Amino acid sequence: MTVISVEKDTDALTLTFVAEFAADVDRVWQVWEDPRQLERWWGPPTWPATFTRHDLSVGSRSSYFMTGPDGTKAGGWWLVTAVDAPTHLEFDDGFADENGKPDDSIEPVKATVTLESIGDKTRMTTLSRFVSLEQLEKMVEMGMEEGMTLAMGQIDEVLSA
Amino acid sequence: MVVDQSTETGIDRIFQALADATRRDIVSRVITASHSVTSLAEHYDMSFAAVQKHVQVLERALLVTKERRGREQLVRGRIDTIGRAAALLQAYEQIWAQRALRIDKILVEDTHKEKS
Repeated sequence: MTVISVEKDTDALTLTFVAEFAADVDRVWQVWEDPRQLERWWGPPTWPATFTRHDLSVGSRSSYFMTGPDGTKAGGWWLVTAVDAPTHLEFDDGFADENGKPDDSIEPVKATVTLESIGDKTRMTTLSRFVSLEQLEKMVEMGMEEGMTLAMGQIDEVLSA
Repeated sequence: MVVDQSTETGIDRIFQALADATRRDIVSRVITASHSVTSLAEHYDMSFAAVQKHVQVLERALLVTKERRGREQLVRGRIDTIGRAAALLQAYEQIWAQRALRIDKILVEDTHKEKS
C-alpha cells in the first residue's frame, strides 16, 4: 500500500486521502461491500466495528457499533446516497447511541469513495466533507486509537519505512 | 512576531509543525494544561535543547505560546479555529492512513492464501 497524496482544506473542512493497493478494483470494492471485511478495517483494533446491517445500494442504511476495551459502545450509521459498483460510492456517515439509535443532533459526514485501476493496482480516493469543527472533532475522537500520540507514532514508522 | 494565519503559508506552517510526532505529542499535552519545557522534556528521549526547538517550531506556527513564570518557561496550547481545524484534519488523516494499512493487510492475506 502506498499513500499517494493527502489534501486537507481547513476552510472547506475536507480531507482527500489517496492510496494505492496491490489488488484489482473488484477486490478493493469487496472490502467496502462485504460487512465482514469492512468491520476488520473500519474501526481501530482497540475499538473494532461490528456492522449489524450493511448493503451498498442507494437509500440503504448501514448500522454499526464500535466496542472499546472496557466494553463501551459507540454507534454509527451510513446512508448510501450513490453507488456505481465497483468504482464509486457515496454515503453519509452519522453518529448513533450505543443502541444504534441515530443521533440527529449532529450532522453526518459526507464521504465519497472512488476506485480506479492504475496498471495492476487500484487507486482509492476517499473524500470526507465536514460541516463543522464539532463534527470533525467527534469523528476524530471516535476513530482514534487510545489518544492521538500512539496511533500517529505508529503511522510515522510505517510511512518512513 | 506577526504572522497572518489566514494566508496559505500560515496553514502550511501549521501542517509542517504537526507533521512531527514529538510536536503532535507536545500539542496534545499542552492543549489541556500549561507545561514547563523542563517537564515536557522528561517525556522524550532527547535533549532539553531539542525539545526547546520543537516548542519553537510550534510557537512559529502559532500553535503554542510561551510565557515566563519565575524561572520556568510555560508552554500553553494556543489553538484557534484554523489551528484546531488543522490539528483535527491531521488526526483524521491518521485515521485514514491506519484504515488503509488495515485494508492492505486484508488484501495481502489473499496473496498469501493464493500462494499456499
